[in-house]
Amino acid sequence: MNIQEYFELVWTDYTLRTITLGTAVLGAICGMLGSFAVLRKQSLLGDAISHAALPGIALAFLITGTKDSGILLLGALVSGLVGTFWIRGITSKTHLKSDTALGLILSIFFGFGMLLLTFIQKQPNANQAGLDKYLFGQAATLVESDVQLMIIVTGISLFVMLLFWKEFKILLFDADYTKTLGFNTKFIDVLITFLIVLAIVLGLQTVGVVLMSAILLAPAAAARQWTNSLGTMVLLAAVFGAFSGVFGTAISASQNNLSTGPVIVLVAGTFVLFSFIFSPKRGLLFREIRFRKNRTNLKLMKTLQFMYVIAQDHENISHPHAIRILNNFQGYTKGSLKKLENEGWIATHGQQWAMTPKGFKQAEEMYNQKTVNE
Amino acid sequence: MDNQKLAVQIDDLTVAYNYKPVLWDIDLSVPEGVLMAIVGPNGAGKSTLIKTILGIIKPIAGSVSIYGKPYSKQRKMVAYVPQKGSVDWDFPTTALDVVMMGTYGSLGWIKRPGQKEKKIALESMEKVGMLAFKNRQISQLSGGQQQRVFLARALAQDAAIYLMDEPFQGVDATTEIAIINILKELRKAGKTVVVVHHDLQTVPEYFDWVTFLNVKKIATGPVKEIFNDDNLTKTYGINYKVAVNK
Repeated sequence: MNIQEYFELVWTDYTLRTITLGTAVLGAICGMLGSFAVLRKQSLLGDAISHAALPGIALAFLITGTKDSGILLLGALVSGLVGTFWIRGITSKTHLKSDTALGLILSIFFGFGMLLLTFIQKQPNANQAGLDKYLFGQAATLVESDVQLMIIVTGISLFVMLLFWKEFKILLFDADYTKTLGFNTKFIDVLITFLIVLAIVLGLQTVGVVLMSAILLAPAAAARQWTNSLGTMVLLAAVFGAFSGVFGTAISASQNNLSTGPVIVLVAGTFVLFSFIFSPKRGLLFREIRFRKNRTNLKLMKTLQFMYVIAQDHENISHPHAIRILNNFQGYTKGSLKKLENEGWIATHGQQWAMTPKGFKQAEEMYNQKTVNE
Repeated sequence: MDNQKLAVQIDDLTVAYNYKPVLWDIDLSVPEGVLMAIVGPNGAGKSTLIKTILGIIKPIAGSVSIYGKPYSKQRKMVAYVPQKGSVDWDFPTTALDVVMMGTYGSLGWIKRPGQKEKKIALESMEKVGMLAFKNRQISQLSGGQQQRVFLARALAQDAAIYLMDEPFQGVDATTEIAIINILKELRKAGKTVVVVHHDLQTVPEYFDWVTFLNVKKIATGPVKEIFNDDNLTKTYGINYKVAVNK
């Protein structure tokens, strides 16, 4: 199957449609809520939460004996939340910094989860096979009920986000100030964190514990490059996330069933790379172009300034001078003379140049920042 | 000053970070309508004092009252201007949006700001001379402009008391004059303004009331009466000589 066939099949093939819809919805909710994680500078929190969810999955299986994804994800949710509150506890009650707390919880919970997984695998129960898919995820195991759950959770998250948009925004920008306005900042904070945990848990089956934080952060990091508005950023991140899900699934399905989770993450990574280079305001490419343009401009102004000094000595500022006298000056080329003429700052006649009143004024006011800027 | 109401009253306030006292047994009364500077060396607890008044930091002991009632009941009467460096100015939003946040308190939960709130925000921006920059992305503002945006946000709260944490830090002379003129206008309108201040030279010129703080309260009162070398020496620990222009 090639990509084209995939996009034809996706409308008719039930399994393919379910998986594609699932990864798209997952990408959207992760992009949306990941924006908040990125803006709160809590990028690593997602990584810690997803790893902290692993023992919950194993324990849920040990207790219930079923592999029903709903029950396992409930276990993941509980253990993810416990991890999150321990991280908060460690940072607020001890001298440890948050990166230490995140690292501790991440590795301890993950270690415990791996221990439980190997313990489960040693058991004679034939039902145990396949729990390790939560490590790297397996989109192919998504069934309709999983996708329905994703859609419901995404809908609820969207509703809560729109309802508390103002509160989320002000808390992200200035938490102390929010408190002085009388808002219960703890409640807003817990609400945002809870939604992020929910999104992560939802993605464990598809992308897995290890790569989950990438799908949370990459769309948001890419979206930040294109906009200076929070609303647009969240929307763009959701769109990037959804596209990563769809393209990732398409590529993995059409290329010999490559593992879907890593492919989705790589597609999202491509969005980030593209955005870092090509976004008009913050991108590296346009920054370099702007830098070069500024440098050329500056050179031009230097030449103009030099001409200004010469022209100042004459009563008539537009008195013509030989181009040759500019020879000792490095900032001048035929090109720059042409540009100066195009700006209407000088006029050239054969081997001579003369300053125009407009150019004289421009040079005079060069150091007056106000007029240059406006 | 005898029959004047007390805007802020602090009793027996003690604050500690990890057993180390930052503020020790502070009693402080701020009369209504003064423009007061809080001065003291680094680590004297000036910012902590303001944050404790605002309930951001919990004290170990003591109480704060605003016009005779606990702060928690009088929140809307107090506006806060935090230090400029306390937020990330690369946050994706515009200057107008930030100023509009000043109206969120009176809006309460969930309700969105509308035309009325926008009008208030625009008026506040005009007062600080930032109207031309209303749609500017906040990372594109200079330090002085960012400070003015914070000031406008507090003005949009239309409070009776303004608590400001180093509003003159890192701003140029033009902005400093613009800000102090706004503060003096607030005082003229009967508001109470408390400012954490670092530049001792300008205290007599800008303020009419001063509090010397160094973990303990050293002195508080009218600048004309208590801003002298004796109190400065007690506060800063070194022999201080300042030319006070009376």
